[in-house]
Amino acid sequence: MITRILAIAAAEFRTVRRNRWVFTATLMMVLFALALTFAGSAPTGVLGVDLLTVSVASMTTLAVYLAPFLALMIAFDAIAGEVERGTLGLVLTYPLSRGEMLLGKFLAHLTALAIAITVGLGAAGLASALSGGASADSLFALTRLIATAILLGACFLALGYAASALSGSAAGAAGLAVGLWLVFVVLYDLGLLGAVVFDNGGSFTKSVFPWLLAANPADAFRLWNVAGSEQVALVSGMAGAGAGLPIWAAPLSLLLWPVLALLMARLAFARVEP
Amino acid sequence: MMDNPTHALIVENLGKRYGKMEVLKGIGITVAPGERVALLGHNGAGKSTLIKLILGLTHPSSGRISVAGHAPGSTAARTATAYLPEQVAFHKSLTGREQLTLFARLAGEHPKTVMPLLDRVGLGPAAQQRIGTWSKGMRQRLGLAQALLGHRHVALLDEPTSGLDPMSRHDLYAIIDEMAANGTAVLIASHALTELEARTDRIAIMRRGELVADDTLARLSARAALPTRIRLTAREGAADHVQAQLGGTRVNGCSVDLQCTTDQKMAQLSRISGLGEVVRDVEMAPPSLEDLYRHYCGEGM
Repeated sequence: MITRILAIAAAEFRTVRRNRWVFTATLMMVLFALALTFAGSAPTGVLGVDLLTVSVASMTTLAVYLAPFLALMIAFDAIAGEVERGTLGLVLTYPLSRGEMLLGKFLAHLTALAIAITVGLGAAGLASALSGGASADSLFALTRLIATAILLGACFLALGYAASALSGSAAGAAGLAVGLWLVFVVLYDLGLLGAVVFDNGGSFTKSVFPWLLAANPADAFRLWNVAGSEQVALVSGMAGAGAGLPIWAAPLSLLLWPVLALLMARLAFARVEP
Repeated sequence: MMDNPTHALIVENLGKRYGKMEVLKGIGITVAPGERVALLGHNGAGKSTLIKLILGLTHPSSGRISVAGHAPGSTAARTATAYLPEQVAFHKSLTGREQLTLFARLAGEHPKTVMPLLDRVGLGPAAQQRIGTWSKGMRQRLGLAQALLGHRHVALLDEPTSGLDPMSRHDLYAIIDEMAANGTAVLIASHALTELEARTDRIAIMRRGELVADDTLARLSARAALPTRIRLTAREGAADHVQAQLGGTRVNGCSVDLQCTTDQKMAQLSRISGLGEVVRDVEMAPPSLEDLYRHYCGEGM
């Protein structure tokens, strides 16, 4: 079983390396992270924190948008694309289960994504630490940011596979992936914001809203990073949102989502007839 | 691995419907180890559906399939089955060697079996090039190479000669013969009727989801009782005389076409030789696989 998963993973990783996906994604992460770090370096003096802390706060916002986007872009083609190109039928006649195939792809894509995220966020972190100072606290915050961004990516990789298995074509899967990104990263927050404004500080805002926030992997990622560090919370101004939640809520959500989404993808994949 | 050594592949009373559409009706066919069976039929006759069912890629509505004694789609059945799809496709950015190594690992074979196999199908020199740069014929050869990985009990080849030049076709049939000689049961779905005639042990013909014929070529011929065609070329000006003596139809000036059943053939020939020098040449064409195919697929059934 492990041999077959690794065989699929090795071939998939070669593919994403050769079609320049790893290079392009890493470049995007590096450029965006560096730009945000140095464009957002103003508040250090005012708030009395080092530049790396500010950088981590801005990169948290960046990663919320970019990590799911990159993950979905690599994942949408995984099943629908193979059906369309006619490569799936032959592979599935081998003694390889659909779960093994999915895990192999997941392993390869997660590795590619982890490289892009680690190099991108790490380079910007290093640059700001060298130019504006760092502390044990802010270095820990950077490490946590990178690890949670990879988890966030894992969750959207799996969601992308589910979209890929549910759509009949690669184009349909791409559309569905864009829709997923919009809903989870943009519309969900807008909806919650509207509800909070309408509720005007009532019981919804105090007891339901934090849980709904934690239920979305993108917001759970934000909460985890903000709640983990007082200084990051200070800079990002998001300290209040997660205050009513137990400390395990956001991490649990972010750890559960990839597992649940992979199970969803596996169920959707079972219905695909190559 | 096989619980029934006399049949590597057993299909019994198999039915498949998609909604109200009945794609396969009561199909029954067996293939013994070492036997080569041609599966013929128009597009849409149900050949590909039958192959998909044997591979376990889709599930039957009724009936039973046994692949080397196992249920289709089970790990044991998939290990025992080689498949060459009609439109064979691979990862374009992998090299031939990398792609075949992936298949070898999935099949539980050692990666060192890969290069000899690539050499055997004539892809040795191209092994390190990406498949995206290959011709259709080369991809078809790679498809054949993956079907040769390990020892398989059943081989399902869907249009294996499409995209191959005549030399490659010859090589392909040599490889198929070798597979059969090693005890693999080979089922070939194809349209290339003239090639299959000499290359298979048995012919199965499907029409609109039903199996309308399943026998050796000789016995199918006998059952269909198709006429043998005889074409006589007469000496100049003598064609009318020949037609008056033997009947038949006149073609292009000096020829006469006759038809006769297999048992009348000798009597007809002695009448022809009785005409003496009036007849310059005789050509005989026994019913071909194409004639048989038309007969069994025709509306008159």
